[in-house]
Amino acid sequence: MDDASQRPAGVEDTWTVAGRTFTSRLIIGTGKYKDYATNAAAAEAAGAEIVTVAIRRVNLSDPSQPMLVDHVKPDRFTFLPNTAGCFTGEDAVRTLRLAREAGGWNLVKLEVLSNTKHLLPDMEETLRALKLLIADGFEVMVYCSDDPVYAQKLEEAGAAAIMPLGAPIGSGRGIQNMLNLGLIIEQAKVPVLVDAGVGTASDAAVAMELGCDAVLMNTAIAEARDPILMASAMRHAVLAGRQAYLAGRMPKRMYADPSSPLSGLI
Amino acid sequence: MNLTINGEARTLPPLPHLAALVSELGLDPRKVAVERNLEIVPRSAYDRTPVADGDRIEIVHFIGGG
Repeated sequence: MDDASQRPAGVEDTWTVAGRTFTSRLIIGTGKYKDYATNAAAAEAAGAEIVTVAIRRVNLSDPSQPMLVDHVKPDRFTFLPNTAGCFTGEDAVRTLRLAREAGGWNLVKLEVLSNTKHLLPDMEETLRALKLLIADGFEVMVYCSDDPVYAQKLEEAGAAAIMPLGAPIGSGRGIQNMLNLGLIIEQAKVPVLVDAGVGTASDAAVAMELGCDAVLMNTAIAEARDPILMASAMRHAVLAGRQAYLAGRMPKRMYADPSSPLSGLI
Repeated sequence: MNLTINGEARTLPPLPHLAALVSELGLDPRKVAVERNLEIVPRSAYDRTPVADGDRIEIVHFIGGG
Protein backbone atom coordinates (compact mmCIF):
# COMPACT_ATOMS: atom_id res chain seq x y z
CA MET A 1 0.00 0.00 0.00
CA ASP A 2 1.40 3.41 -0.90
CA ASP A 3 0.90 6.75 0.78
CA ALA A 4 -0.64 8.46 -2.24
CA SER A 5 -3.57 9.64 -0.13
CA GLN A 6 -1.12 12.01 1.55
CA ARG A 7 0.49 13.32 -1.62
CA PRO A 8 0.21 17.04 -2.38
CA ALA A 9 -2.33 18.16 -4.99
CA GLY A 10 -1.03 18.33 -8.53
CA VAL A 11 1.53 15.55 -8.12
CA GLU A 12 0.99 12.74 -10.62
CA ASP A 13 -0.58 9.65 -9.08
CA THR A 14 1.91 6.88 -9.83
CA TRP A 15 2.81 3.57 -8.26
CA THR A 16 6.15 1.83 -8.08
CA VAL A 17 7.05 -1.86 -8.08
CA ALA A 18 10.63 -3.11 -7.82
CA GLY A 19 11.95 0.37 -8.61
CA ARG A 20 9.85 0.78 -11.77
CA THR A 21 7.22 3.54 -11.73
CA PHE A 22 3.94 3.33 -13.63
CA THR A 23 0.99 5.65 -14.20
CA SER A 24 -1.56 3.06 -15.31
CA ARG A 25 -3.03 0.95 -12.53
CA LEU A 26 -4.51 -1.58 -14.93
CA ILE A 27 -2.41 -4.58 -15.95
CA ILE A 28 -3.94 -6.80 -18.58
CA GLY A 29 -3.36 -10.38 -19.64
CA THR A 30 -2.81 -11.45 -23.23
CA GLY A 31 -4.63 -14.81 -23.19
CA LYS A 32 -7.97 -15.88 -24.68
CA TYR A 33 -8.23 -13.09 -27.28
CA LYS A 34 -9.57 -14.01 -30.69
CA ASP A 35 -6.32 -12.76 -32.20
CA TYR A 36 -3.24 -10.76 -31.25
CA ALA A 37 -4.47 -7.66 -33.12
CA THR A 38 -7.58 -7.46 -30.89
CA ASN A 39 -5.34 -8.03 -27.92
CA ALA A 40 -3.08 -5.14 -28.89
CA ALA A 41 -6.06 -2.84 -29.47
CA ALA A 42 -7.50 -3.79 -26.06
CA ALA A 43 -4.17 -3.07 -24.38
CA GLU A 44 -4.17 0.40 -25.94
CA ALA A 45 -7.82 1.02 -24.97
CA ALA A 46 -7.03 -0.10 -21.41
CA GLY A 47 -4.17 2.38 -21.23
CA ALA A 48 -2.08 -0.51 -19.91
CA GLU A 49 1.65 -0.14 -19.43
CA ILE A 50 2.22 -3.73 -18.28
CA VAL A 51 0.92 -6.92 -19.89
CA THR A 52 1.30 -10.46 -18.61
CA VAL A 53 2.64 -13.08 -21.01
CA ALA A 54 3.17 -16.83 -20.89
CA ILE A 55 6.11 -18.87 -22.16
CA ARG A 56 5.49 -21.99 -24.24
CA ARG A 57 7.17 -24.22 -26.80
CA VAL A 58 7.27 -22.76 -30.33
CA ASN A 59 5.17 -24.51 -32.95
CA LEU A 60 7.83 -26.24 -35.05
CA SER A 61 5.34 -27.43 -37.65
CA ASP A 62 4.40 -23.85 -38.53
CA PRO A 63 7.12 -21.36 -37.57
CA SER A 64 5.39 -18.63 -39.59
CA GLN A 65 2.28 -18.50 -37.36
CA PRO A 66 1.52 -15.09 -35.75
CA MET A 67 3.71 -14.23 -32.78
CA LEU A 68 2.62 -12.19 -29.77
CA VAL A 69 5.68 -9.91 -29.91
CA ASP A 70 4.79 -8.83 -33.45
CA HIS A 71 1.51 -7.33 -32.21
CA VAL A 72 1.86 -6.57 -28.50
CA LYS A 73 5.32 -5.13 -28.74
CA PRO A 74 7.83 -5.37 -25.91
CA ASP A 75 9.11 -1.84 -26.64
CA ARG A 76 5.57 -0.50 -26.05
CA PHE A 77 4.57 -2.55 -22.98
CA THR A 78 6.46 -3.91 -20.01
CA PHE A 79 6.17 -7.68 -20.32
CA LEU A 80 5.42 -9.50 -17.10
CA PRO A 81 6.18 -13.19 -17.79
CA ASN A 82 4.07 -15.60 -15.76
CA THR A 83 4.46 -19.17 -14.58
CA ALA A 84 0.96 -20.30 -15.56
CA GLY A 85 0.80 -24.07 -15.76
CA CYS A 86 3.58 -24.57 -13.21
CA PHE A 87 2.80 -26.77 -10.23
CA THR A 88 6.23 -26.82 -8.56
CA GLY A 89 8.87 -24.28 -7.63
CA GLU A 90 11.39 -25.92 -9.95
CA ASP A 91 9.00 -25.64 -12.93
CA ALA A 92 8.49 -21.96 -12.12
CA VAL A 93 12.22 -21.24 -11.92
CA ARG A 94 12.91 -23.07 -15.18
CA THR A 95 10.10 -21.24 -16.99
CA LEU A 96 11.13 -17.79 -15.78
CA ARG A 97 14.81 -18.36 -16.54
CA LEU A 98 13.75 -19.04 -20.13
CA ALA A 99 11.53 -15.93 -20.08
CA ARG A 100 14.44 -13.86 -18.81
CA GLU A 101 16.58 -15.14 -21.68
CA ALA A 102 13.81 -14.56 -24.24
CA GLY A 103 13.14 -11.01 -23.13
CA GLY A 104 15.76 -9.85 -20.72
CA TRP A 105 13.41 -8.93 -17.88
CA ASN A 106 13.71 -9.97 -14.29
CA LEU A 107 10.34 -8.60 -13.11
CA VAL A 108 8.04 -11.62 -13.18
CA LYS A 109 4.68 -12.92 -12.03
CA LEU A 110 4.80 -16.09 -9.95
CA GLU A 111 1.79 -18.34 -9.84
CA VAL A 112 1.97 -21.91 -8.60
CA LEU A 113 -1.39 -23.57 -8.87
CA SER A 114 -2.80 -26.53 -7.03
CA ASN A 115 -5.24 -28.17 -9.41
CA THR A 116 -6.84 -27.47 -12.76
CA LYS A 117 -10.44 -27.35 -11.52
CA HIS A 118 -10.33 -24.25 -9.32
CA LEU A 119 -6.80 -23.00 -10.19
CA LEU A 120 -6.35 -21.78 -6.63
CA PRO A 121 -2.75 -21.11 -5.65
CA ASP A 122 -0.72 -23.70 -3.74
CA MET A 123 0.60 -21.26 -1.15
CA GLU A 124 3.18 -23.55 0.46
CA GLU A 125 4.77 -24.23 -2.94
CA THR A 126 4.34 -20.58 -3.98
CA LEU A 127 6.33 -19.42 -0.97
CA ARG A 128 9.05 -22.01 -1.68
CA ALA A 129 9.20 -20.97 -5.36
CA LEU A 130 9.39 -17.29 -4.37
CA LYS A 131 12.51 -17.96 -2.30
CA LEU A 132 14.12 -19.89 -5.21
CA LEU A 133 13.37 -17.04 -7.63
CA ILE A 134 14.65 -14.30 -5.34
CA ALA A 135 17.88 -16.29 -4.84
CA ASP A 136 18.16 -16.37 -8.64
CA GLY A 137 17.90 -12.58 -8.94
CA PHE A 138 14.26 -12.20 -9.94
CA GLU A 139 11.88 -9.51 -8.72
CA VAL A 140 8.67 -11.31 -8.10
CA MET A 141 5.04 -10.21 -8.11
CA VAL A 142 3.20 -13.06 -6.44
CA TYR A 143 -0.27 -14.36 -7.26
CA CYS A 144 -1.70 -15.63 -3.99
CA SER A 145 -4.78 -16.55 -2.04
CA ASP A 146 -6.59 -13.80 -0.13
CA ASP A 147 -5.00 -14.98 3.12
CA PRO A 148 -3.41 -12.10 5.09
CA VAL A 149 -1.14 -14.54 6.96
CA TYR A 150 0.41 -15.96 3.79
CA ALA A 151 0.52 -12.47 2.24
CA GLN A 152 2.69 -11.40 5.17
CA LYS A 153 4.97 -14.41 4.71
CA LEU A 154 5.40 -13.60 1.02
CA GLU A 155 6.29 -10.02 1.84
CA GLU A 156 8.80 -11.11 4.49
CA ALA A 157 10.38 -13.47 1.95
CA GLY A 158 10.94 -10.50 -0.39
CA ALA A 159 7.97 -10.38 -2.77
CA ALA A 160 7.99 -7.21 -4.92
CA ALA A 161 4.19 -7.16 -4.92
CA ILE A 162 1.36 -9.15 -3.36
CA MET A 163 -1.38 -10.16 -5.80
CA PRO A 164 -4.33 -11.81 -4.05
CA LEU A 165 -7.19 -13.21 -6.10
CA GLY A 166 -10.59 -11.58 -5.96
CA ALA A 167 -12.15 -14.88 -7.10
CA PRO A 168 -10.83 -17.92 -9.05
CA ILE A 169 -9.05 -17.24 -12.36
CA GLY A 170 -11.49 -16.74 -15.22
CA SER A 171 -14.55 -17.00 -12.96
CA GLY A 172 -15.60 -13.35 -13.27
CA ARG A 173 -17.25 -13.46 -9.86
CA GLY A 174 -15.81 -10.22 -8.48
CA ILE A 175 -14.25 -9.56 -5.09
CA GLN A 176 -15.34 -12.42 -2.82
CA ASN A 177 -13.62 -11.41 0.41
CA MET A 178 -13.34 -7.67 0.91
CA LEU A 179 -12.49 -8.11 4.57
CA ASN A 180 -9.37 -10.19 3.85
CA LEU A 181 -8.30 -7.93 1.00
CA GLY A 182 -8.65 -4.95 3.30
CA LEU A 183 -6.43 -6.63 5.89
CA ILE A 184 -3.81 -7.49 3.25
CA ILE A 185 -3.81 -3.92 1.92
CA GLU A 186 -3.57 -2.44 5.41
CA GLN A 187 -0.55 -4.50 6.45
CA ALA A 188 1.43 -4.52 3.18
CA LYS A 189 4.43 -2.27 2.59
CA VAL A 190 4.77 -3.43 -1.02
CA PRO A 191 2.13 -2.88 -3.73
CA VAL A 192 -1.05 -4.97 -3.51
CA LEU A 193 -2.86 -5.86 -6.73
CA VAL A 194 -6.09 -7.77 -7.14
CA ASP A 195 -5.24 -10.45 -9.68
CA ALA A 196 -8.03 -12.68 -10.99
CA GLY A 197 -11.76 -12.72 -10.45
CA VAL A 198 -12.74 -9.35 -11.91
CA GLY A 199 -15.78 -9.82 -14.14
CA THR A 200 -16.95 -6.33 -14.98
CA ALA A 201 -16.07 -2.69 -14.43
CA SER A 202 -17.68 -2.34 -10.99
CA ASP A 203 -15.50 -5.20 -9.67
CA ALA A 204 -12.38 -3.28 -10.68
CA ALA A 205 -13.72 -0.13 -9.05
CA VAL A 206 -14.40 -2.03 -5.81
CA ALA A 207 -10.83 -3.37 -5.78
CA MET A 208 -9.42 0.12 -6.22
CA GLU A 209 -11.79 1.65 -3.63
CA LEU A 210 -10.42 -0.86 -1.13
CA GLY A 211 -7.02 0.73 -1.66
CA CYS A 212 -5.31 -1.68 -4.04
CA ASP A 213 -2.40 -0.20 -5.96
CA ALA A 214 -3.51 -1.78 -9.24
CA VAL A 215 -5.69 -4.48 -10.77
CA LEU A 216 -4.65 -7.32 -13.07
CA MET A 217 -7.24 -8.92 -15.34
CA ASN A 218 -7.50 -10.98 -18.49
CA THR A 219 -10.76 -12.86 -19.07
CA ALA A 220 -13.04 -9.94 -18.14
CA ILE A 221 -11.72 -8.06 -21.18
CA ALA A 222 -10.89 -10.95 -23.51
CA GLU A 223 -14.29 -12.64 -23.16
CA ALA A 224 -16.41 -9.48 -23.28
CA ARG A 225 -18.61 -9.23 -26.37
CA ASP A 226 -16.61 -6.12 -27.31
CA PRO A 227 -13.17 -6.52 -25.72
CA ILE A 228 -11.91 -3.11 -26.80
CA LEU A 229 -14.91 -1.29 -25.31
CA MET A 230 -14.60 -3.34 -22.11
CA ALA A 231 -10.90 -2.43 -21.94
CA SER A 232 -11.92 1.22 -22.04
CA ALA A 233 -14.58 0.59 -19.36
CA MET A 234 -11.95 -1.04 -17.14
CA ARG A 235 -9.60 1.89 -17.62
CA HIS A 236 -12.31 4.25 -16.38
CA ALA A 237 -13.37 1.93 -13.55
CA VAL A 238 -9.83 1.63 -12.21
CA LEU A 239 -9.42 5.40 -12.38
CA ALA A 240 -12.84 5.99 -10.76
CA GLY A 241 -12.08 3.53 -7.96
CA ARG A 242 -8.67 5.05 -7.38
CA GLN A 243 -10.05 8.59 -7.22
CA ALA A 244 -12.85 7.49 -4.87
CA TYR A 245 -10.23 5.87 -2.61
CA LEU A 246 -8.13 9.05 -2.60
CA ALA A 247 -11.19 11.24 -2.11
CA GLY A 248 -12.32 9.27 0.94
CA ARG A 249 -15.88 8.01 0.88
CA MET A 250 -18.67 9.30 3.14
CA PRO A 251 -19.62 7.23 6.17
CA LYS A 252 -22.37 4.63 5.85
CA ARG A 253 -25.39 5.39 8.04
CA MET A 254 -28.31 3.35 9.23
CA TYR A 255 -30.86 6.10 8.56
CA ALA A 256 -31.47 8.84 6.02
CA ASP A 257 -29.78 12.21 6.35
CA PRO A 258 -31.50 14.96 4.33
CA SER A 259 -29.47 16.83 1.76
CA SER A 260 -31.79 19.89 1.90
CA PRO A 261 -31.97 21.78 5.22
CA LEU A 262 -35.05 21.03 7.32
CA SER A 263 -35.01 24.54 8.83
CA GLY A 264 -36.68 27.51 7.12
CA LEU A 265 -39.46 25.42 5.62
CA ILE A 266 -42.54 27.45 4.62
CA MET B 1 21.74 -36.26 -36.54
CA ASN B 2 18.94 -37.25 -34.17
CA LEU B 3 17.63 -34.61 -31.79
CA THR B 4 14.64 -34.30 -29.49
CA ILE B 5 13.22 -30.84 -30.07
CA ASN B 6 10.28 -29.73 -27.90
CA GLY B 7 9.63 -33.35 -27.04
CA GLU B 8 9.55 -34.54 -30.68
CA ALA B 9 12.18 -36.79 -32.26
CA ARG B 10 13.68 -35.07 -35.31
CA THR B 11 16.32 -36.17 -37.79
CA LEU B 12 18.34 -33.30 -39.22
CA PRO B 13 21.50 -32.93 -41.28
CA PRO B 14 24.64 -32.30 -39.19
CA LEU B 15 24.67 -28.71 -37.92
CA PRO B 16 27.71 -26.74 -36.75
CA HIS B 17 26.01 -24.90 -33.88
CA LEU B 18 22.74 -23.86 -32.27
CA ALA B 19 22.43 -20.75 -34.46
CA ALA B 20 22.30 -23.04 -37.51
CA LEU B 21 19.62 -25.18 -35.87
CA VAL B 22 17.41 -22.18 -35.06
CA SER B 23 17.82 -21.00 -38.65
CA GLU B 24 17.15 -24.51 -40.05
CA LEU B 25 13.86 -24.56 -38.12
CA GLY B 26 12.82 -21.22 -39.64
CA LEU B 27 12.81 -19.34 -36.32
CA ASP B 28 13.86 -15.78 -35.55
CA PRO B 29 16.54 -16.07 -32.84
CA ARG B 30 15.51 -12.68 -31.38
CA LYS B 31 12.07 -14.05 -30.49
CA VAL B 32 12.91 -17.36 -28.81
CA ALA B 33 14.82 -18.79 -25.88
CA VAL B 34 16.66 -22.10 -26.10
CA GLU B 35 17.52 -24.80 -23.60
CA ARG B 36 20.04 -27.49 -24.52
CA ASN B 37 19.97 -30.56 -22.27
CA LEU B 38 18.18 -28.54 -19.57
CA GLU B 39 20.71 -25.68 -19.66
CA ILE B 40 19.68 -22.28 -20.98
CA VAL B 41 21.89 -21.07 -23.79
CA PRO B 42 22.35 -17.28 -23.90
CA ARG B 43 21.36 -15.85 -27.28
CA SER B 44 24.85 -14.42 -27.68
CA ALA B 45 26.29 -17.95 -27.49
CA TYR B 46 24.13 -19.66 -30.15
CA ASP B 47 26.90 -19.53 -32.76
CA ARG B 48 29.46 -21.13 -30.48
CA THR B 49 27.23 -23.77 -28.87
CA PRO B 50 27.57 -27.17 -30.59
CA VAL B 51 24.61 -29.40 -31.34
CA ALA B 52 25.33 -33.08 -30.77
CA ASP B 53 23.49 -36.28 -31.65
CA GLY B 54 21.01 -37.12 -28.90
CA ASP B 55 20.67 -33.56 -27.60
CA ARG B 56 17.38 -32.58 -26.03
CA ILE B 57 16.48 -29.07 -27.17
CA GLU B 58 13.65 -26.88 -25.92
CA ILE B 59 12.75 -23.76 -27.89
CA VAL B 60 10.17 -21.44 -26.34
CA HIS B 61 8.67 -18.03 -26.99
CA PHE B 62 6.16 -15.64 -25.49
CA ILE B 63 2.49 -16.31 -26.11
CA GLY B 64 -0.69 -14.80 -24.70
CA GLY B 65 -1.31 -15.49 -21.02
CA GLY B 66 -2.89 -14.03 -17.92
